[in-house]
Amino acid sequence: MPTYVAHDESDYAPPTEVAEVELYHPKTFIGKYVWSQDAKVIAIQYAVTAIAIGLVALVLSWLMRLQLGFPNRFAFINPSNYLQFVSMHGMIMVVYLLTALFLGGFGNYLIPLMIGARDMVFPYVNMLSYWVYLFAVLLLVASFFVPGGPTGAGWTLYPPQAILDGTPGASWGIILMLVSLAFFIIGFTMGGLNYVVTVLQARARGMTMMRLPLTIWGIFMATILALLAFPALFVSAIMMILDLTLGTSFFMPAIVSKGQALSHDGGSPVLFQHLFWFFGHPEVYIVALPAFGIVSDLISTHARKNIFGYRMMVWAIVAIGGLSFIVWAHHMYVSGMNPYFGFFFATTTLIIAIPTAIKVYNWVLTLWRGDIHFSVPMLFAIGFIFTFVNGGLTGLFLGNVVVDLPLSDTMFVVAHFHMVMAIAPILVVFGAIYHWYPKITGRMLDDTLGRIHFWITFVGSYAIYYPMHYLGFMGVPRRYYAIGGTNFIPESAQSLNAAITIAALVVGVAQLLFLYNLVRSYYKGKPSGGNPWNATSLEWMTPETPPTHGNFGKDLPVVYRWAYDFSVPGVRHDFIPQNVPPSDVPTGGWVKS
Amino acid sequence: MTVTLLFLALLMGAVVWWLLKQSINVQPWVAHAHAQDVHGGVFPRQPATTALVVFLAVATSLFALFISAYAMRIRYLDWSPLPQPRLLTLNTAILIMASIAMEWTAFAAHRGDRPGVRRGLAVAGALTLGFVSGQLVVWKQLSDAGFPLATSAATAFFYLLTAVHGLHVLGGLVAWSRTLVRAWGGATADRLRLGVQLCAIYWHFLLVVWLVLLAVLVSNDIGLAICSSTVSL
Repeated sequence: MPTYVAHDESDYAPPTEVAEVELYHPKTFIGKYVWSQDAKVIAIQYAVTAIAIGLVALVLSWLMRLQLGFPNRFAFINPSNYLQFVSMHGMIMVVYLLTALFLGGFGNYLIPLMIGARDMVFPYVNMLSYWVYLFAVLLLVASFFVPGGPTGAGWTLYPPQAILDGTPGASWGIILMLVSLAFFIIGFTMGGLNYVVTVLQARARGMTMMRLPLTIWGIFMATILALLAFPALFVSAIMMILDLTLGTSFFMPAIVSKGQALSHDGGSPVLFQHLFWFFGHPEVYIVALPAFGIVSDLISTHARKNIFGYRMMVWAIVAIGGLSFIVWAHHMYVSGMNPYFGFFFATTTLIIAIPTAIKVYNWVLTLWRGDIHFSVPMLFAIGFIFTFVNGGLTGLFLGNVVVDLPLSDTMFVVAHFHMVMAIAPILVVFGAIYHWYPKITGRMLDDTLGRIHFWITFVGSYAIYYPMHYLGFMGVPRRYYAIGGTNFIPESAQSLNAAITIAALVVGVAQLLFLYNLVRSYYKGKPSGGNPWNATSLEWMTPETPPTHGNFGKDLPVVYRWAYDFSVPGVRHDFIPQNVPPSDVPTGGWVKS
Repeated sequence: MTVTLLFLALLMGAVVWWLLKQSINVQPWVAHAHAQDVHGGVFPRQPATTALVVFLAVATSLFALFISAYAMRIRYLDWSPLPQPRLLTLNTAILIMASIAMEWTAFAAHRGDRPGVRRGLAVAGALTLGFVSGQLVVWKQLSDAGFPLATSAATAFFYLLTAVHGLHVLGGLVAWSRTLVRAWGGATADRLRLGVQLCAIYWHFLLVVWLVLLAVLVSNDIGLAICSSTVSL
């Protein structure tokens, strides 16, 4: 039998046993924690970096809300700053936090453990992926300190305004932003190749694709989407850099700026919008699919019931992935497109609701008559279902051209996309952290703090975004620094805005509770043991907790069943791990565990 | 975007076909007494080969998007075609020969003919370097003839697309140099065969991409035929 060497490309059949010498072994502190090739360490590095930059974006959103809630009260927020806060908040949250956290963080930690592998197939490339990502983040942070500050072009970076004099950050900020994105994409591609090939080729014996936990399916499909969609952002970033630095006219039409005709001629700003949204819409599902997958596993585990319609869940993930590439222009109804195209894209947008609804029904049917444990991960999972349905339904409104046109530039859109792709995925992130923290550290997170954190976050985010829908219906525009005196916006809109700001500050501060919990539990948390939730998937079956390098000790696990054997009738315990052969399943008297 | 959508449709077709194979007649909820009773765990293909195939899908997506952007732009009325440097024909011939040389090297590696592999790699590498320098000369010629980068949309796209393709060729040369080290060093026959095999696949890919780019860039007739017959997304 050929031996499988984790960082070698010439062998392919995973053996049951790996000799000690063949794994990458860090010898120094730096080799173990800094230049590490262990996917678990890389996952932590990804997660910590993503959360750190995410906190910056959180503070930016406070600053933005302060201006909206209490206009002109704070001298340090001027119109330029405000636009910069909006732009950087959006870009950081979508790309540098959520994408990196779900795929780089959870993907790296969970893929090898859940499929029963020792590591990613290309650990060196995996390490490189993180360092390129870190470099991209540092470039992004650097843009706060260059002359002119970061770009204020909005997270969509539409030309021509993104690179015209007069937009904040049009000299340095935008270049750093585009270069940072290009590096992010390069780094992600390295990681993404790893995730896909690892899922395809490094699964343990007996782990067929149709026995994979849905978490892995979500991450796998999201990675494929990202690998195919990020090139669109790459292409547009490169072309915009050329327009800006070398004077080409890909996106820049003939234009007069500050009384002077520029040398650009004949470019097409709409071309940029097509490219950007060709990336931008799949990006929504790059964030959503891992969340879908994780939430399926959380619900099944904490409701002690097998996931309803496993195969349908897998097909729904694939269908959503495929459809997400043909809906992009619903972000561009206001760009003056041919009405027939609007009709086409409205139709595809509504069609994508079908597989999504299948997933929601299946989650609810999994809960139906389950033995629901209201643990903290379960609270977050159920919170996700509510929030996602809310945000998804307003998406159906906005997918229709006639509804979208009047609402497109209002707070309604802000409320919609924050519900569906900010709050919903972040609730899953929290749920997942509460769920897997015991595996990562060997200690439980504090339950009481977790519950307080959940309720403030959940109720608080509704306090933020529900009123925003009303503001949108009233016609309160988004992206505006100040609304000023207008006839159609009543005085009360201002009090609502102030209330939203207060809610946003409270929710933001509540996250400190979570950070405190993370740090405190690391030292003082209750020891968790190897499998505190009585879960079935392979990551809970490691001989040590936290898992050591190589994950599974001497023998790789062998898989006999899917990951959802909960509450099987006639079996002693209410769960059967994936690596327990049918002959070893204890039968007889039910023991509640 | 039609070009990209066509590519994605093909890709999604492949994914769906593969998934059908995985899930038809499979009952995930049934436990099996032996792991060997179900497929999975043993794979006929090596991870590096899979990784290359996935990477080629990513690169195809990238080029398809560039061509899509080009296709959207070429339909504008102000499109002014470029002169067609004759050298491009020679460069294309050189790249074709490099691809053939790589394939020949792969055959040599398959036979276990190490001196043959060394010769083949050297020839393929030299030809590829010849192609890259040829492309640089084309740039110089165009630039000297009064068509630098920012002249018109046509020049901008010409330089951009050739540059992106050229960078992929250079990336291939990095892999080629590693294989070269293997061929002269003490790598096992298996490792060498894998390295050469992957290089050959990549070279053929680069050749196909270049032929498509050449068709849409240089021959405005073909470019227009491909790009304007499609729905104007």
